[in-house]
Amino acid sequence: MLLITCPHCGNRAQTEFDYVRTLDSIVTLDMAPEAAMTTLFERSNPRGIDDELWRHSHGCRQFMMLRRNRVTHEIASITPWGAA
Amino acid sequence: MTGPARIAGGPAPSLGFSFDGKPYRARPGDTLAAALLANGVNLVARSFKYHRPRGIMAAGVEEPNALVTVGEGARRTPNTRATDVFVYDGLVAVSQNRWPSLRFDIGTLLGLAAPVFASGFYYKTFFGPPKRWMFYEKFIRRAAGLGNPPIEADADRYEHRAAFCDVLVVGSGPAGRVASQNAALAGDRVILVEQDAVPGGSIVRDAGGDVTAIMAAELAALELAGTRVLVRTTASGIWDDGLVTCVEQLAEPGQAAEIAQRLWRIRAKRIVLATGAIERPLTFAGNDRPGVMLSQAARTYVRRFDVLPGCRAVIATNNDDAYLTAFALREAGGTVLAILDTRAAVVSQVVAAAQAYFPVFFDVQDLATEGGLNCLSSVDAMIGSTKRRFAADLLAMSGGFTPVVHLHSQAAGKLDWREDIQAFVPGATLQAITSVGSAAGEVEAIAAMTANLGKPKASFIDFQNDVTAADIDLAWQEGYRSVEHLKRYTTLGMATDQGKTSNMAALTRLAGAAGVAIPQAGLTTFRPPYVPLTLGALAGPDGGGHAAPTRRLALYEHHQRLKPIWQPLGYWHRPRAYPLGRETLAEAALREARAVRNCVGIVDVSTLAKFMVTGPDASAFLEIVCATNVSKLAVGRGRYTFMLREDGMVMDDGTVWRLSDNRYLLTSSTGGAERMEAHLAYVRQVLAPQLRVSVVDSQEHLAGIALAGPQARDVLATLIGTEPPAHMGASEGVIAAVPVQILAASYSGERAFEIYAAGHDAGPVWDALEAAVRARGGCPYGLEALEFLRIEKGHVVVGGEADGRTTAHDLRLEKMVRKAGGFIGASALDRPALSAPDRKQLVGLESLGGDIPEGAMLMETWGSGAEGHVTAAAMRVNMGGSIALGLLNGGRGRSGETLVASSPTRGQHVQVRVVAPHFYDHEGARYRD
Repeated sequence: MLLITCPHCGNRAQTEFDYVRTLDSIVTLDMAPEAAMTTLFERSNPRGIDDELWRHSHGCRQFMMLRRNRVTHEIASITPWGAA
Repeated sequence: MTGPARIAGGPAPSLGFSFDGKPYRARPGDTLAAALLANGVNLVARSFKYHRPRGIMAAGVEEPNALVTVGEGARRTPNTRATDVFVYDGLVAVSQNRWPSLRFDIGTLLGLAAPVFASGFYYKTFFGPPKRWMFYEKFIRRAAGLGNPPIEADADRYEHRAAFCDVLVVGSGPAGRVASQNAALAGDRVILVEQDAVPGGSIVRDAGGDVTAIMAAELAALELAGTRVLVRTTASGIWDDGLVTCVEQLAEPGQAAEIAQRLWRIRAKRIVLATGAIERPLTFAGNDRPGVMLSQAARTYVRRFDVLPGCRAVIATNNDDAYLTAFALREAGGTVLAILDTRAAVVSQVVAAAQAYFPVFFDVQDLATEGGLNCLSSVDAMIGSTKRRFAADLLAMSGGFTPVVHLHSQAAGKLDWREDIQAFVPGATLQAITSVGSAAGEVEAIAAMTANLGKPKASFIDFQNDVTAADIDLAWQEGYRSVEHLKRYTTLGMATDQGKTSNMAALTRLAGAAGVAIPQAGLTTFRPPYVPLTLGALAGPDGGGHAAPTRRLALYEHHQRLKPIWQPLGYWHRPRAYPLGRETLAEAALREARAVRNCVGIVDVSTLAKFMVTGPDASAFLEIVCATNVSKLAVGRGRYTFMLREDGMVMDDGTVWRLSDNRYLLTSSTGGAERMEAHLAYVRQVLAPQLRVSVVDSQEHLAGIALAGPQARDVLATLIGTEPPAHMGASEGVIAAVPVQILAASYSGERAFEIYAAGHDAGPVWDALEAAVRARGGCPYGLEALEFLRIEKGHVVVGGEADGRTTAHDLRLEKMVRKAGGFIGASALDRPALSAPDRKQLVGLESLGGDIPEGAMLMETWGSGAEGHVTAAAMRVNMGGSIALGLLNGGRGRSGETLVASSPTRGQHVQVRVVAPHFYDHEGARYRD
């Protein structure tokens, strides 16, 4: 179980969080239909570092971006959504 | 005298216990294994496959043979290792896997047929058509499994605790204690866990004398220095970021205690694994008989427990360590007939010392045992080219040492091969985990391939699963090249011991057959738990109905007065019906539904998801979320709406109400409440953070009561003293001095109003409504009646018809979809598959026979393929007759067809006619103004 440092609450157990999706699979409201479907269905699924959207659902309920190694589970950085 | 016995002298045995119904005595501190040996009992189990007599092989958690059932009734614990349970007064143990008794076991006949039961026996024997399988199954099931679990509810209590530390040390042997002391001296917060009841690890085995007291004093000193010491606590799993789960046994299996076990979740910055090493057996004919024991285990029984595991012993070894066992046995009054060493002549201090006392033979080529049920009778050895026989009752064997790398490997640590010790040792780690002492490979070297000494067919590698050396050879011949396949084919390394004693011998054998080096043969994955856990420890205090929280309605007490049948719905519990007298559920539901159709009724709808959406951009926000028109909604009006997922499927439905210019109330389904909360938060925070809008989840704040029926308007008008709002209108009012929000929406198909009040104020509102409704001959109604009403009306339900695979078009809602787009899911609607003609589409079904079974599949004729299914079935409320909603391939164009609705699991088959999915007042004349 990961230990995730919420930018608002500090170190918390993974059970307090929900994984939402990878950043590259966010379908923005202004996307053309073709691009929206590509974004939704054609994921990169890299072996290694990926950028993910998480939410501290059972805490502050804020969204945050995790740069995470999907092989080693190491979290390189955590930033509040919208900060970057 | 032959066989095991207690060494003379020492304290009297003060504890009473029984094994297979026979009473025995034990000393405090004895494991069950030690106590049985002290009483001369070595036959304790029958092997899994061949029912061979088995004794005690080890002295720790790695024991593969001596599995017993401990405790009685609700505390019966099967598959307990006799070496891992400490005797308490009154302990009751019975042997397993034998019938009618341990000494006379019918299953032994299987052993005579052993050649038949080679690797892959089941795969090779049981095949054919399904019918034959049904026949085989009875026999396979009878043969499968080890002990029997208790039938009663668990009588024990369990606890969960969390702890945090700088350094967690696993194992209190010499290496673990040094690591603890060093960390404590450096000022770290330290937790030391030890799986044994007595700390000290190998010291307890090798030092003898009063070592227990010395160890206890040493640990007391550690505790004084601030270290938390947990004995009888096994680290069973390592997870991400230094999380280690440990099970602390506060009571022995079968023993009554306030709390039986405690599961610790310890988060450590650094983990030190001092988990020691496990001795390997040698592979030779008859190495599984009672009387064959691991060398270090024999030493443990002598030194720690004052038990002599045999009077005339032979030691078989490929290393020096086993020589120490010879000395221990001799000191305890035993006779060592011979030390049989597989190595060519060795020069070492220990060997030289031993040669002064014992006959030592080198270059042992072949080994075999003969014996009875309780101990050996003789050991045959081929020494060089000379055959010799020893009349021994005990054979203490040592095939080298395997570092316990389980926890390291669980944490995705790499394993490195060490040729000198013929074992894997911990390599690179991803986390701050270090292994020390024997666990890190500080064990005695052995020569390669010295563990195989006999006839493969009688030489056991995995004792627990009865896998012989020949089985492994056969698996190799039959093409099982990967060790993972070997494991599944032969069952090697499975069950309660997970191959703790057998893994390395098996790998060695496989590598030998393959002609490759051992590391090339591979290694199976180590997974938690390190030792078997009870489910109770994992559940902790959450057993007995506490696994999930119960969400009670604000009006719970008001319903409870009416003694409803409660229906769990997610975590919520809602009244399903309010039966009167001896009414059945169906009778009560039909009566309640008729009250709504013909008079008036009330139902608790508090669990609906409710969101207050407020702000200048509230309507823009709702236009993104809802697939229907929202922005043109007038103040004081509401609309049915639904939301799509990004892939175009219907996610949820509900109503949206404009309460004032910038304030909306959005309702959606009970079951989708959490998903909708997350979805709205995602839209607001991630997709459209620029919108000036706030979304407040009011699901639990607002209690809701729906008032429905032809007389609903009159009831409400009387209560609020004014004309209620028209259909799909909203207004505010006061009922029983409580301010309420009134929404004129109909789910039932009758004139209806949803009345919302703050949950803590809703009681008087319910009372006033219930009294008014009853005065007119109506009654409260539950979910079952609500279901009848909505099916007849043809309203879809999220999770029923809107099952995540249906579009608005499939559900015949496409006319409501906003043409201008701009909502979530709009981009997906042009995908060709979403307009395919054979999609499953909503239909109504009328029975031509009996009741339509819910969940039934829909077929054109009996035996043709399934073309859809029944999502919900009900009775026509007033007219009788069975109706249903369903999803059917191309259903929108198939009205009038006759199909078969078939439920093989219920044995119900009925002819149905496809009709439009509404059976009652399609135009809405009963509630429209």
